[in-house]
Amino acid sequence: MTRTSLLILAALVLVLAALPLVGGPYALRIGTFASMYAILAVSWNVIGGMAGYPSFATAAFFGFGAYAGGVLLAAGAGLFTAVAAAGAMAFLGAVLLGAILLRLRGHYFAIASLAVAEVLRELTNAATDLTGGGMGLNIPLSSVVTSVEGEARFFFFAMWVLLVVTLVVVVAVERSKLGFGLRCIRQNESAADMIGVHATLYKSLAFALSGIFVAMAGVLYAGWVHYIEPPDVFDILYSVKPIVMALLGGLGSTLGAVIGAFLFLGIEELVWRNLLQIHTGVLGLLIVVLLLFLPKGITSFADTGFWKRLRQKEGRRD
Amino acid sequence: MFALQVLVNGLVLGCLYACIAAGFSLVWGVLNVINIMHGSFIVLGSYLAWMSYSAIGLSPWTTLLIAAPLFFAVGYLIQRGILNRVIAAPVLVTLTLTFGLDLILNNSMLLAFSADYRKLLLDPPLGTLAFSGLVVPVDRVLAMVLALILTLALYIILRHSRVGRAIIAVRMDRDAALLMGVNIRTIYAVAFGLGAAMAGCAGVLLALIFPISPLSAGAYLGKAFVVCVLGGLGSVPGAVLGGLFLGITESVGAVVFGPEHSVTLSFALLIVFLIFRPHGLLGKKGYE
Repeated sequence: MTRTSLLILAALVLVLAALPLVGGPYALRIGTFASMYAILAVSWNVIGGMAGYPSFATAAFFGFGAYAGGVLLAAGAGLFTAVAAAGAMAFLGAVLLGAILLRLRGHYFAIASLAVAEVLRELTNAATDLTGGGMGLNIPLSSVVTSVEGEARFFFFAMWVLLVVTLVVVVAVERSKLGFGLRCIRQNESAADMIGVHATLYKSLAFALSGIFVAMAGVLYAGWVHYIEPPDVFDILYSVKPIVMALLGGLGSTLGAVIGAFLFLGIEELVWRNLLQIHTGVLGLLIVVLLLFLPKGITSFADTGFWKRLRQKEGRRD
Repeated sequence: MFALQVLVNGLVLGCLYACIAAGFSLVWGVLNVINIMHGSFIVLGSYLAWMSYSAIGLSPWTTLLIAAPLFFAVGYLIQRGILNRVIAAPVLVTLTLTFGLDLILNNSMLLAFSADYRKLLLDPPLGTLAFSGLVVPVDRVLAMVLALILTLALYIILRHSRVGRAIIAVRMDRDAALLMGVNIRTIYAVAFGLGAAMAGCAGVLLALIFPISPLSAGAYLGKAFVVCVLGGLGSVPGAVLGGLFLGITESVGAVVFGPEHSVTLSFALLIVFLIFRPHGLLGKKGYE
């Protein structure tokens, strides 16, 4: 990651933090979702973009976090405790699961990761005593912040802080030996293994990193909306959307994932507001157009027409 | 007696699962594409059966004759127009693309038919078969027999027709087939068309048994996944064996663990198979 993209990333995140200054409750809601989507996309990028494993497990992590956190919150635990506990459980679970699932490649890994979310959803549905099953789980209002607007503000900043933590960790990973190893694995796993990259360990860590912050975001989401049910938090769209965001911003880059997440949220809001009946269809159309015509996401534009001419001009001036 | 009844239920279910999975497995094996639209194709087939029965009184088995060419054409065109463009791309791209197409298709169905559950009710009903304590509804037996015939037809097409042999050749070695003068793009489109036709026909048969709603698409897709992995990829006998295995496991599991755990059971089976026997019951090792 270059210095420029790091600066752009920092600027984007700071602009996001300034949202409550300019807008009302709607801006807070959008801001919270923007942070959450960015966490999801950046996390997925660790396993999907850096290591090149097509994971569809984001929904599993998100739902797991929401339910683990939700149950803890409902039992009276503090928010911080719930977030930390859910994150730790997701991390451990993902390391173990990853050691098994990541032996699969390509389609098989994709399907297995998809199945994890299905299994967790059905288990949650069946464990009525603990999770409320299909009736959903009510999470009590927090006792610290009492006003509705104050609470919205609180969860916005909580989500924002989590985004910052996620970004710091992921960027650090990207620059570390782990990140280098993951890129080696994406290019040629057998070769990476040969030159001494501990592929199984690295992949498991990447999988766990792609899960921990998503699970934490799930806890905050549960605390924020106060009511969760299995089809909501284990929705397969939570697995697909981060992929679309990462593709939108250009696969494999953290900055791209953040930009893609913001862009995606913008599109989603426009579609939701104006075309509620067909919003999943429009999402599908977006995916199709993106994959067929813009394989590198919005960075595809950089290679063509206007930007190229601009760069050539600059080149001549030098 | 009770055990026998459970077994028979499982067999009936299993034949339908085989029919669902045969086309899905063909597409996955030949094109190396997981077609997420498969579930929606099935539901669309069910709607076709329901509409032609309630509007013009066409019986489902007659509808099969319409559904097969219709879905073949749809599948052929989708492959030609859209999927062939990205056929060589990594899993992530093809998988996400069919997911996007599925979102469009499913949303269109929701708009056209609404999320209400419909049921195709034959008038007069076909009744049940009963012998020595075993009870089997006739419509289920009929659906099972037709599903087996369809799956067998696919097998015969693949084994004994010119185009079928070309499909198998492409599946075994794409580049060698290309050198032998096989038009790969056409073969891909034909294979996808056959997969769609199988899905549509399976949908017509399922309309005899299950309620119809766009929301069932995901469940059917899940069954196809599991059966493919259980039986081994890209072979019709594998799909049949996997289908029967899943059908019997589910109906036995429903008695032992309770019906609410049926999805968990089948997906747990999927994960176990993926880990210990990723080439399935009949697949050859290193052939995926």
